Amino acid sequence: MAGLHANTDLLRKLLVGFVRDEVRKVGVSTVVLGLSGGIDSALVAFIAAEALGPENVHAICMPYKSSNPESEAHARLVATACGVHFSVVSITAMVDAYFDVFSEADNMRRGNKMARERMTILFDHSALLRALVLGTSNKTELLLGYGTLYGDMASALNPIGDIYKSQVWQLSAAMGVPTEVIEKQPSADLWAGQTDEEELGFSYRQVDQLLYRMVDQRLTKPELVADGFESDFVESIYSKIQNSHFKRRLPVIAKVSNRTIDRDFRYARDWGK
Amino acid sequence: MDFTAVLAQIKPKLGCVADNLATIEEQIVKAREAGADLIIFPELALSGYFLKDLVPEVALRTDSPEIRHLIALSRGISIAIGFVEETDDYHFFNSALYLEDGAIRHLHRKVYLPTYGLFDEQRYLAHGESFRAYDSKFGRFGMLICEDMWHLSASYILAMDGATTLICLSSSPSRGIEGDSLGSASAWQKLVSTTAMFLNCRVLYSNRVGFEDGVNFWGGSEYIAPSGESIARGSLLEEDFVTARVTEGALRRERIFSPMMRDENLFVTMQELQRIAHKRGQ
Repeated sequence: MAGLHANTDLLRKLLVGFVRDEVRKVGVSTVVLGLSGGIDSALVAFIAAEALGPENVHAICMPYKSSNPESEAHARLVATACGVHFSVVSITAMVDAYFDVFSEADNMRRGNKMARERMTILFDHSALLRALVLGTSNKTELLLGYGTLYGDMASALNPIGDIYKSQVWQLSAAMGVPTEVIEKQPSADLWAGQTDEEELGFSYRQVDQLLYRMVDQRLTKPELVADGFESDFVESIYSKIQNSHFKRRLPVIAKVSNRTIDRDFRYARDWGK
Repeated sequence: MDFTAVLAQIKPKLGCVADNLATIEEQIVKAREAGADLIIFPELALSGYFLKDLVPEVALRTDSPEIRHLIALSRGISIAIGFVEETDDYHFFNSALYLEDGAIRHLHRKVYLPTYGLFDEQRYLAHGESFRAYDSKFGRFGMLICEDMWHLSASYILAMDGATTLICLSSSPSRGIEGDSLGSASAWQKLVSTTAMFLNCRVLYSNRVGFEDGVNFWGGSEYIAPSGESIARGSLLEEDFVTARVTEGALRRERIFSPMMRDENLFVTMQELQRIAHKRGQ
């Protein structure tokens, strides 16, 4: 549908401009990001390389021992294609040291721990390289809460957080992200054979159609059902958005003074920039 | 009278009045050296847009050193500029000044403060209460600030008050990536062109660029002839310095060709608006 169709020339210009402007205005010229081998981080690497020059972009691949080797190969392919710095930091030793103590942990706890381990590495490299951390969560996963709070959801700047997965595909094709990366099944690669769509229980294309109408166009539930969406699907996506809202907000502060941070003490982050 | 206007498509820094004033002065000097008669800056050019609680910190009285400096600079070139105005009774307005020959020729306070979607102006600012045309060296002008122009009545009142040139100072954010062009840019382009056509007025539209907290301002500053035709348009998303040669002849010819403003019936309009106001008051 028209709403999910992106004018990729325009979108590219906006997102490249965003990275260039928001990075440089804080007096920094370098960024760091985690490159997973998937499409979202590949697209962000391409945007950053165009915005700041590939020499100012550091991509780090952070595999765990159970990660699919294809992921690292794809990450390397992406880094070569856009010319950015590339390094590999394994998280196996740190993650295993922790779960030696908590060996009963399930897949979800393990996946979250891995995502947070990667976050600490990126923010450490932020200090090491004097680089801002770029986020790689798209609008679909941010709305569904399909990400780890303070893990992959943590960043200084996120160029793709307002574009749906369907639009990530379009822009990636337009910017020359390698075809293998665009065409493969999206996966968080938390355990062998995992795919996002299987875990979520619906396809990104399907849910993007719903999210666009529900969130961007503010169609009511009866209107969505009249448009052909299953009532249960509409209800379940609405609940997912509602129940994951805490992930999209700062921690809640107990108000006792006249000026509480973010409630009645309000400043843009670009204050003075 | 023919004149040359510059639309200064700048990128103000959020909350940095001194830095912005320096940029503005550079642009004024450049325009004067290029032989321009008038330079128009965007809305809130002196302060940046998403000010929130910074409003009282960046606000300036019209007798402040910064504004007095700009007034002095207007001896060489007429200047239209947006800023946060602080009044004697400590109200803060989103205001625009028209400075000419070392004096304030007109002050407009934004009437329509958008408070919806990504906008939150009414929380921080007081709203103006008038639309008045004024005489400049280059004819009778009317000033609007961004959202003001989305209210038909605002441009209409200025045109009925004799303005033949409408100046709009803007900080319009980019949104809408689906179409051939940026959604907000297309909407504005239709608006300024239609307004010019309906009112047989020129429109000089000055919009800023740059990002504030991820929100982009799209630029595309534009001079629209009274026919609705776009004569000069600044680049999208990038800083620019748009020069427009504005001719009296084009205005005269358009007003002869399409005399809608001559035929506009103020009496009917007033009668019907009074009837509606009376009915609403019951």
